[in-house]
Amino acid sequence: MSDPVTMLKAAKAEGKKVVGFYCVYAPQELVLAADALGFALCATKEEPIADGEKALPRNFCPLIKSSYGFAATDKCPYFLYSDLIVGETTCDGKKKMFELMKDFKDVHVMKLPQSNLQENDHQYWLSEVKLLKEVLEEKLGVSITEEKMRNAIRVLNEERKMMQELSSLMQADPVPMSGMDMLKLMWGRNFVFDRSDFAQQLNGIIADLKESVAAGEGAFPKGAKRILVTGVPTGVGAEKVLKIIEECGAAVVYIENCSGMKQFVTLVDENRPPLEAIADKYLGIPCSCMSPNPKRMEMISNLVNEYKIDGVVDVIWQGCHTYNVESRILGKHLKEENATPFLAVETDYSQSDVEQIRTRVQAFLEMMD
Amino acid sequence: MRVVAGVDVGSTTIKVTVYDGRAMEHRMVLAGWNPREEAKALLTKVVKEWQIAIDDLAAIVGTGYGRANLPFAARPLTEITCHARGAEYLSPGVRTVIDIGGQDAKAIRLAAGRVEEFVMNDKCAAGTGRFVQVMANALGFDVASVAQLALKPGEEACSISAMCTVFAESEAVGLLHRGHSPRAIMAGIYAAIASRVIGMADKIAPCGPVVFTGGVARNEALGRALSERLGLELVVPSKALYAGSIGAALYAWEQGETKEAND
Ligand code: SF4
Ligand code: SF4
Repeated sequence: MSDPVTMLKAAKAEGKKVVGFYCVYAPQELVLAADALGFALCATKEEPIADGEKALPRNFCPLIKSSYGFAATDKCPYFLYSDLIVGETTCDGKKKMFELMKDFKDVHVMKLPQSNLQENDHQYWLSEVKLLKEVLEEKLGVSITEEKMRNAIRVLNEERKMMQELSSLMQADPVPMSGMDMLKLMWGRNFVFDRSDFAQQLNGIIADLKESVAAGEGAFPKGAKRILVTGVPTGVGAEKVLKIIEECGAAVVYIENCSGMKQFVTLVDENRPPLEAIADKYLGIPCSCMSPNPKRMEMISNLVNEYKIDGVVDVIWQGCHTYNVESRILGKHLKEENATPFLAVETDYSQSDVEQIRTRVQAFLEMMD
Repeated sequence: MRVVAGVDVGSTTIKVTVYDGRAMEHRMVLAGWNPREEAKALLTKVVKEWQIAIDDLAAIVGTGYGRANLPFAARPLTEITCHARGAEYLSPGVRTVIDIGGQDAKAIRLAAGRVEEFVMNDKCAAGTGRFVQVMANALGFDVASVAQLALKPGEEACSISAMCTVFAESEAVGLLHRGHSPRAIMAGIYAAIASRVIGMADKIAPCGPVVFTGGVARNEALGRALSERLGLELVVPSKALYAGSIGAALYAWEQGETKEAND
């Protein structure tokens, strides 16, 4: 097939609708059930930041500035070709960005509750998910039937199960794939046109990795330090810290954040009414914008055991208050629960602090010797 | 006889420690424009006094800012690891190390001689040796007097709010014009640096004994400000400057294997 942009144009020419979203809280089942193409737009490149800063404060999270810079300058084809943008009221910065974006794009913002622990949070979110369904039906001129939703749930659940299987192969020592390769794969998933194509591709990779594990082959020597990366999304283009960790000889065996495994670890319950099941799965996502957010702590503690993690690295973008504060909570939790070494790295998309981060990461690894 | 060396290539100075299991020899030189050559020349000179050449060293560990750029050192280790080890050697039982070098400041907490947690300053130079130097120059102090600075009874330190080198310099100059004494301004700068460094160190919950290492450790006035702000006594070993290279030499000693000459 041709390059993604040509594919995108072709799909549009055929009458396909495109929906862009910025966060893993956006229920992808509904987009799929609306026969539309959904793309995650959360940009992680440095170049559009200068454009983003024309409208947004400089001391803002680079992820937002970059996303906005892409959007405002038509530099991102996925944004350009989106018929609708689905936003969510996650952090304050994004909330306000969507307000500005409404000036030049059709944006629907889903209002998240502040917490996901109580029954009324779930009731409220369910009404937001229902509303999204109606908005999609109206804007895209489709009808989202029960049948279509059930089907979309099945397709995406299958994909999640495969991602889980793939990830669990990283429990092996030596680890069969580098964290960087894993990241590229997960990142690539955001820009898939045909889910069954992607499923096939995944199956192939899983088979290959199983062979590597059976043969005892790895991307890193046996016994390499095993690192879990968590925190803010660190997609391709903002993978600086992951790269440094692996350059220093440690293996990133689990990427917990939103550009990693976060969205794949739970399924949508196929036995419940579809909208309810979808709403509950998404609301359960342990993002730091939830207050409090105990699920993230529990989950990381479990992962540390399952993946025999030697150290946890928490990546935080400058200006991201929720993850920045939560880093202290997480560090303390890991110390008490798992006695696991913890390193918080606060940075942005520039390259100016690479050497300093390298020193920190190296010292962190030396600490485990 | 087995002889090893630790080479600490900092941003402003290079420190070398040579060790044979009993005796330790330290030497320092300015990093200059070509730290790698300077380091090599210094090491050559020191080992010559032991009647050997660099190639005869059983192991060399490089550390510091320029550690990756030392072709003759077989193994680089970070300054965090080496400073901790050196501090433990200089002051056994140390629990917290505060190290202020030319361009960075770090705080390390140790447990049983090993690094347990650490923090480092980020991009800016506030709270580093460079900052002290710029301010001292702006106020007309020389190295010795700025390190010995003490307020007279009744004299009060100025309050400095800017911590960016450029802004702090203009703030200091502004205070001078308004008639404040350089001494009071410099005391204010020390208090501000101490707040900054201890604010950072607080993240690792510092506990005593605290050892102050690095080039700036020789600055008694800043040491006093730090210890006041910390509420704990600061131990400054006489070889504080060499903590990094001592740690590196000790790791080299343990390394056992002979290094491959790949220069
Ligand atoms: S970190 Fe939070 S706000 Fe950002 S994409 Fe993930 S869930 Fe959404
Ligand atoms: S990284 Fe933090 S500030 Fe940036 S978009 Fe995500 S939650 Fe918001």
